[in-house]
Amino acid sequence: MGALVEEFPVILGAFWLTVRLTLASAVAALVLGTVLAAMRVSPFAVLRGVATAYVNTLRNTPLTLVIVFCGLGLGLVLDVSFSESLSTNYLWLSIIGLSAYTAAFVCEAIRSGINTVPVGQAEAARALGLTFTQNLRFIVLPQAFRAIIAPLGSLLIALTKNTTVAAAIGVAEASLTMKSLFERHQDSVVAIFFGFALAFLVLTLPTGLFFGWLSRRLKVAR
Amino acid sequence: MTEAVGSTSLVRLENVNKHFGTLHVLKDIDLDIARGEVVVAIGPSGAGKSTLCRVINRLETIDSGTITFDGKSLAVEGRALAQLRSEVGMVFQSFNLFAHKTILENVTLGPIRVRKIARDQAEKRGMELLERVGIASQAEKYPAQLSGGQQQRVAIARALAMDPKMILFDEPTSALDPEMVQEVLDVMISLARDGMTMLVVTHEMGFARRAANRVVFMADGAVVEQNTPDEFFTNPGTDRARDFLSKILTH
Ligand SMILES: Nc1ncnc2c1ncn2[C@@H]1O[C@H](COP(=O)(O)OP(=O)(O)OP(=O)(O)O)[C@@H](O)[C@H]1O
Ligand SMILES: [Mg+2]
Repeated sequence: MGALVEEFPVILGAFWLTVRLTLASAVAALVLGTVLAAMRVSPFAVLRGVATAYVNTLRNTPLTLVIVFCGLGLGLVLDVSFSESLSTNYLWLSIIGLSAYTAAFVCEAIRSGINTVPVGQAEAARALGLTFTQNLRFIVLPQAFRAIIAPLGSLLIALTKNTTVAAAIGVAEASLTMKSLFERHQDSVVAIFFGFALAFLVLTLPTGLFFGWLSRRLKVAR
Repeated sequence: MTEAVGSTSLVRLENVNKHFGTLHVLKDIDLDIARGEVVVAIGPSGAGKSTLCRVINRLETIDSGTITFDGKSLAVEGRALAQLRSEVGMVFQSFNLFAHKTILENVTLGPIRVRKIARDQAEKRGMELLERVGIASQAEKYPAQLSGGQQQRVAIARALAMDPKMILFDEPTSALDPEMVQEVLDVMISLARDGMTMLVVTHEMGFARRAANRVVFMADGAVVEQNTPDEFFTNPGTDRARDFLSKILTH
């Protein structure tokens, strides 16, 4: 316990990074996932093909591979740079990896949400003269999202835990910090582990409860 | 009522054919609907009545033939197609009100997004239309909170909000409990009186007799005969129609 109290500011800093990593990746994944889902239901075969290939590739690649590719492939080999500071640069690269990976799952969740919207809804919108994009934006997607709030919450929880993979390219989020604390306080390894596990629980449990509540509240009555 | 009907045609179908796979659903359909005319389409299940409605606002494409609406060919794409659709209202058997939008939003969505009318103006007109179909007091509710008859009247108001040149009705009362049928038919009859051009798929003979200028009898994808409602119901010209009428009359 002593070690946890002593290192509290360090742990707090690490989890703050975890939260930022999660939120930034979540927003990017939601945007990219929505675009991919729109492509997958579009009338253009090329767009459908590109999106399908993307989803199948990213969904079936281990996240560690994606993150390492972003860090080493994009960062070192292709020299993609967002900042003078090396640690900030790796932070952005890991956000790219996390959101690119999560977007594939978001896309599939949205697609299953679109399938819950009765065809008559889109048909009525077409009959009014709405274009394909207007139809998605005003009729189909709003109903699809309301149907998949709970699964999106699960994806957010998975993403929160997945941010630990960013440790692979040296981002000092929670898990990497835990590792260095293990080295510094070898007598308190168990306490440190439970401290970190509890902190993740504090992040993820309310997320699950909140999305469950939101999902019931926004449910579309038919 | 016939004197109110204009002589120029609003929709003209010429030699229209449509297949679903190997099934020939519309066979050489020739049909003219004049401005202000009310046409009732009737016929056995699978005759192609719904498909006829759906090809007129291009929810289904056709394989051959031509459809002209208000002098323009229907063979258009993209924005021009959306524009064309906005001029043809459609009322579905299952209402298809937007489930996540309030009654008033259902009625104003098209005017605001398609016609680009200012929100307050669209809402004012929307309330007038809801008043007209007798649902104004429910404007803030969601579709699932309304009865079937009320939902269908909202669907009619939603179509009217676009100021369409014509409205297609595909069995608008078939999904309703019997006690709600008349309230919807009353709205439709008043539209017909006001000179709206209508194509109505229905087996409601009372409506056909009171509001229609013409009955088109379809079977197996073809128009078998057409006549005034009185002539058609009392003195059908084909065995097919006689047979069909004897079945629905005994119900
Ligand atoms: N999307 C579709 N795909 C394949 N076949 C279809 C499709 N829509 C309709 N059909 C078939 O086309 C034929 C005509 O259908 P349509 O719905 O136009 O008939 P209808 O006269 O409206 O019948 P009902 O009185 O049952 O509504 C039917 O045999 C139907 O099964
Ligand atoms: Mg039908």
